[in-house]
Amino acid sequence: MRRLWIILTYVIFTLLLIVPLVKIFTGAWEEGIDGFWDALSRPQSIHALMMTGIIVVLVTIINTLFGVMLALYLVRAQWLGPRLKRLLNSIVDLPFAVSPVIGGLMIVLILGPSTVIGALFADMGVNIVYALPGMILATLFVTFPIMVREVMPVLQEIGAQQEEAASTLGAYSWYTFWKVTWPSIRWGVIYGVVLTVARSMGEFGAVLVVSGNIMNKTQTATTLVYQDVENFNVVAANGIALVLAAVSVGLLLLMEWSKKRREVH
Amino acid sequence: MNEIFRGKAWSFGFRSAIMIYFLCLIVLPIVGIYTQSFSLGWTPFWESVSDPLAWKAVLLTLKLALIATVLNMLIGTMIGWVLIRYRFPGRSILNSLVDLPFALPTAVGGLLILLLLGPNSLIGMLAGKIGIEIVFHEPAIVIAMLFVTFPFVIRAIQPLLEELDRSEEEAAYTLGASKAKTFFSVIFPTMLPGILSGAMLAFSRGLAEFGAVVLVAGNIPGKTLVASVFIFGEIESNNPQGAAAVSVMLLTLSFLILWLVNQLQARRSTP
Repeated sequence: MRRLWIILTYVIFTLLLIVPLVKIFTGAWEEGIDGFWDALSRPQSIHALMMTGIIVVLVTIINTLFGVMLALYLVRAQWLGPRLKRLLNSIVDLPFAVSPVIGGLMIVLILGPSTVIGALFADMGVNIVYALPGMILATLFVTFPIMVREVMPVLQEIGAQQEEAASTLGAYSWYTFWKVTWPSIRWGVIYGVVLTVARSMGEFGAVLVVSGNIMNKTQTATTLVYQDVENFNVVAANGIALVLAAVSVGLLLLMEWSKKRREVH
Repeated sequence: MNEIFRGKAWSFGFRSAIMIYFLCLIVLPIVGIYTQSFSLGWTPFWESVSDPLAWKAVLLTLKLALIATVLNMLIGTMIGWVLIRYRFPGRSILNSLVDLPFALPTAVGGLLILLLLGPNSLIGMLAGKIGIEIVFHEPAIVIAMLFVTFPFVIRAIQPLLEELDRSEEEAAYTLGASKAKTFFSVIFPTMLPGILSGAMLAFSRGLAEFGAVVLVAGNIPGKTLVASVFIFGEIESNNPQGAAAVSVMLLTLSFLILWLVNQLQARRSTP
């Protein structure tokens, strides 16, 4: 019986995860290394990968800063009543329930060129929708809950005593944060960063709607994969997909590593 | 510097900035979409929602997400169990692989299904010969949803199984309960909250999924057009109000599920 379950587990993993993973690596080489190289060295590929890189870096930095601060407030702040805290706490999760396409649509509806705010920004010469700022906003929205959700349980677990002790002994708040709070939430934050990087790199629906997918302007790696498939250029799509998948596997390893470290502390 | 930071005005400003950022980024867009869908009044909203193509898309999404979720509950429960309880070669590698669908961009997932099961692939051709169409038909959408939501149930039941007190199980067993009886009266009730909350998260993710589905769905209106792709089509054809109306239907549903999950988790943490 037990052997049967283990074999069944292996079968499902092979069919659902391992075969696809192998397929990306073989698919990209179908036309030899030249085919792969040609796919990657197209100007739109380089541009798309660069756009993805910019978005990932900016989104991860902004989300980490605001996510950690918000988690601190939602767990520790005394100026928020318990009821308000609970309300805010459930609002944090909302982006998880929103389809990425709808997330993109929201930004187009509020900040699009035909809206009041959008027109205001356009007058100042800043385009939000169909440009980089909108894409960053969309990704920020989609990835917002990740960091808060990783840090909050750790903060709840360690409790406030150490921090209180430090501040009654006269340590300033910044100092308390770095010396007392940070060491205990560190691995939670790192895990959150890895998840945020993965999610913002892979974000597709929201970015597709907000960016308009304009080649060499607002195209990201994932939307380029989509366009290549639509144009029946599967080998090129495979090349980009291989780069993305390689990064994903790297992130997966990082996830495992930080998860282990988190358990130790 | 520290003196300034401790100042009341400073910390008030800092707090407000974080809260305003939070409200603008998350709450404003959601309020915006609800107002936009009713922006032209109740009648156009009702027209967009009662358009047969729109509600067929929503119903199809519900049906396929439900199938994917049930499959996920079965597979996930089994794999979660095997990975925690049994020791066998390769266990820790498989355990790390579980998170792959979270790390892999969903568009890449869609591309892979297309490559592996598409009309030019071996499996696609074999299935085509016996008259089963996979890609651009319902099976491919279910597979895409299954792939994307694969980790949810497993990750939800693993901590519960780890916490489960082995002695309870052994007690039941030594008191003469059969293995199956032990499983269903001791182990299964422990796993159930995890299975349910994992399944609900998987269901809501399945409803929302776009990247993996859009490439393999075929998108034939009324037949293989799911809600998120329908919304995308409405945006592309410059009908934001219609897109917002269908979005509101889907969003309300997802929020309801999320609320249920929260209730379930709250009940578990305060027994």
